[in-house]
Parts: sequence; C-alpha cells; structure tokens
Amino acid sequence: MLTPLTVTLAVAALALAAWCGHAAYRDQPTKDWHFLGMAVVTLLALVQLVIGIVQLARGQEPADGTLLFVSYQIGIVCCVPVVALMSLTERTRWGSLTVAAGALVLAVLQVRLYDIWEGVGA
Amino acid sequence: MPESSERGQRLAARYQQGGDGSGRHSEIASGPGRLLVTLYGIFTVGASSRSLYQLSTRLHEAPLAYTLSAVAAVVYAFITLALVRGGEGARKAAVVCCCLELLGVLGVGTWTLLDASAFPDATVWSRYGMGYLFLPLALPVTGLWWLRRSRRTG
Repeated sequence: MLTPLTVTLAVAALALAAWCGHAAYRDQPTKDWHFLGMAVVTLLALVQLVIGIVQLARGQEPADGTLLFVSYQIGIVCCVPVVALMSLTERTRWGSLTVAAGALVLAVLQVRLYDIWEGVGA
Repeated sequence: MPESSERGQRLAARYQQGGDGSGRHSEIASGPGRLLVTLYGIFTVGASSRSLYQLSTRLHEAPLAYTLSAVAAVVYAFITLALVRGGEGARKAAVVCCCLELLGVLGVGTWTLLDASAFPDATVWSRYGMGYLFLPLALPVTGLWWLRRSRRTG
C-alpha cells in the first residue's frame, strides 16, 4: 500500500470535513466549490483503489486478509459520493454537516486501512 | 375504481399534512434527521458487513462478541429504515429501537469492562463504543432527542 497517498487522502478528507463543517456553522448549504472538493477526495480514493488492486494482483498481501482490505477500499470509495448525494437533497446546513461527517468517517477508514495492510491491532 | 380514488384522497390528505414545504416524506428524515439517517446508514453498513465477515470466517473465536455485533447490525438497520420511512408508526418503532440500542451500548459496555475475558474480540459496543469515537453511545441519545422533538402534535 502506498503510505503517502493514504496520508494525503486522510488529510484531504479532514480538510473537506473542516470546510463543510465551517459551512454548516455559517448556516450554509454545500456549494459548487464544496462539490469540487468532494470530487478531488473521491478521485484520490479511486486512485487508491486502483493502486491497491494493482498491488494485490502483483502478489502482495494485506496482513489481515484480502477480503477485508478490498471491502474497506470499496467503502472508502463510496463514502463521499453518498454524502454528496445526501447534501444535494438536503439544501440546508444539515446537508453540509452530513458531508463533514462522511469525510470524517473516510479519514478514520484510512487509519483502519493502514492497520489492515500492516497487521496492527484487530 | 372506488378503491383507488379513496387511496388517492388519502395520499392527498397526507401530502397536505406536511404542506409546510418539508414534504409528505415526514420531517423525521430531513434537517438534522438527514445527518442522523446518514450516520445510522454508515453504522448499518459497517456493523452488518463486519459481523457477516466475522460470523462466516471465524465464529468459533469469539461467538458472543460476533453474535452481539450481528444483533447491533440488525438494530441499526431497523432504525435506519424507520427514519427513512417516517410516519408515526415508524417513529414509535424507532424510539423503541433507540432505547434498545442505548441499553445495548450501556449493557455491553459495562459487561466488557467487568468481564473482558468473555470477549476475545471487540464488538461495536465494547467499552461503550470507544473504538468508534463513542458514536454508538451518542447516536441513540441524539436519535431519541430528535424523535421526541419531531413528534407530530396534530
């Protein structure tokens, strides 16, 4: 697994969470710029998925099992698009807060993904 | 067709009930409820895939923990559905489930602290959900508060 990308993705997700959290604080719905941010994070997640699949295909194996690793990667890719849709149908501050929550979850999943690859903890 | 027109009238009446712009879809799933639905959805996916994986690959290692995770997954799924569906019946069902969930978190949380040996592996509700940023504890409380607030006064 590419650790720099994992860190980048986690930081980008946290930034997105802070940004959308700020929008919610100012009582604003998500706007075009926020969606651009979500697109960037989703794109990074897709790149991570592709790299992960390539590494698996080359015979590298996650310490906690391939199935678990792939499930987490799929979850990571779906995370932001789902909350983005939610915020499209909820044009209030609560939509922004939903995106912030989804981005936070993504950041946490990055930590878990790293653990699964390295075999730290459960 | 008398039946269908009757049904149409009922639907129209229901539509007008929520005619303040929040829509007929009941206000449970909008506003703060939207955030709640999302979080419950995430926990449903997380808990159910986790317990499916654990139950199917290594049930013998920690049967109690994995079964409890599965129970948690079912509770989460039910609350998510109830919140999305809306309506008075679903609201009541969601209240019951949120209470169940709160009892589960408190019960299992205390249990894991008192008798750690019964749990070779963690559940979602271990140590009051500490591994999940205490969200499993915060969710039912927020859920109950929201369900109470959005109770229809009509």
